Amino acid sequence: MHELSIAESILEIVTESVPDHDKRVLSVTVEVGELTAVIPESLQFCFHAIIEETPYKGAQLIIREKKLTGECRKCGSGFTIKNYFFQCPDCGSTDVQVTGGQELNVTELEVE
Amino acid sequence: MAEIVTVERQILKKNDEIAAENRAVFRDEKLFVFNLLSSPGSGKTSLLEQTIARMFSKYKIGVIEGDVQTDLDAQRISKFDVPVIQIVTKGGCHLEANLIQNALANFDLSGLDMLIIENVGNLVCPSNYDLGEAEKVVVVSTTEGDDKPVKYPNMFRVASAMVVNKIDLVPYVEFDVAAVKKNARSINPELEMFEVSCKTGDGIDSWCGWLEQKIAQAKSGAAV
Repeated sequence: MHELSIAESILEIVTESVPDHDKRVLSVTVEVGELTAVIPESLQFCFHAIIEETPYKGAQLIIREKKLTGECRKCGSGFTIKNYFFQCPDCGSTDVQVTGGQELNVTELEVE
Repeated sequence: MAEIVTVERQILKKNDEIAAENRAVFRDEKLFVFNLLSSPGSGKTSLLEQTIARMFSKYKIGVIEGDVQTDLDAQRISKFDVPVIQIVTKGGCHLEANLIQNALANFDLSGLDMLIIENVGNLVCPSNYDLGEAEKVVVVSTTEGDDKPVKYPNMFRVASAMVVNKIDLVPYVEFDVAAVKKNARSINPELEMFEVSCKTGDGIDSWCGWLEQKIAQAKSGAAV
């Protein structure tokens, strides 16, 4: 259940980004990569549980899931990594750099 | 009137910043630090006992034990004359960099050659939290499934070594050592692999040999 501590970190970022309490936060958008093993449903649950007693109560959490992608260091080919099989589909090399799927970011807030 | 505020912030940035501070402390001390990870019951503490027993006459070793409750693991380690600190997470499923930083305040690192951080038994959550260590080592045992690497890919991707423990039980269990290695390699081709039995001591020499190399690298400032 690291979703709880991730939700707490999201709340911290929201608090720092909206110091003006006259503004109401409507939604928080986050990017969650496939490789981070964060379960969106758990994150939703934890986020809503911890904002209950804050001025952000009622804010929506929008989770954008990011696919695991890689780039071959040998032939330069870019591809989606399926079933966590870190091999280039073009040349067969296993020297693969992960280019996506490790994201854990707050990207934007909608306020009014 | 609703407006969009662009934020673009890494959720774990605070943790990563503290981990970088920890890493700088370790580098200044020329100290090799590894983070030991596994499911509950794979034998992390047993591996520590074997490792310390084998190495403590030659190297100064310190241990940080992370557990959800109790200091039982620290008690097991305290029979050796090595400094050990217990972190009790009180329900938390992983260690975070600030817990290590707080523990370091009460830990004299000077003269230490190797610091071992035994994480909470869990193959999911700890993989996202950098503690400032040089290496992550994942333990998998033959009483588990040989499909562990593909079930917990992030952990095996971020680890630099995998220790297969309880190798003495292979004749009695449905665990294929070649399969676990193949599964692990498909996720992380550069993973170092060791087969050990903490019961019989098999394979411990080769594992400790790798640690000795890492200690030497840290001393020469080549690591990290």
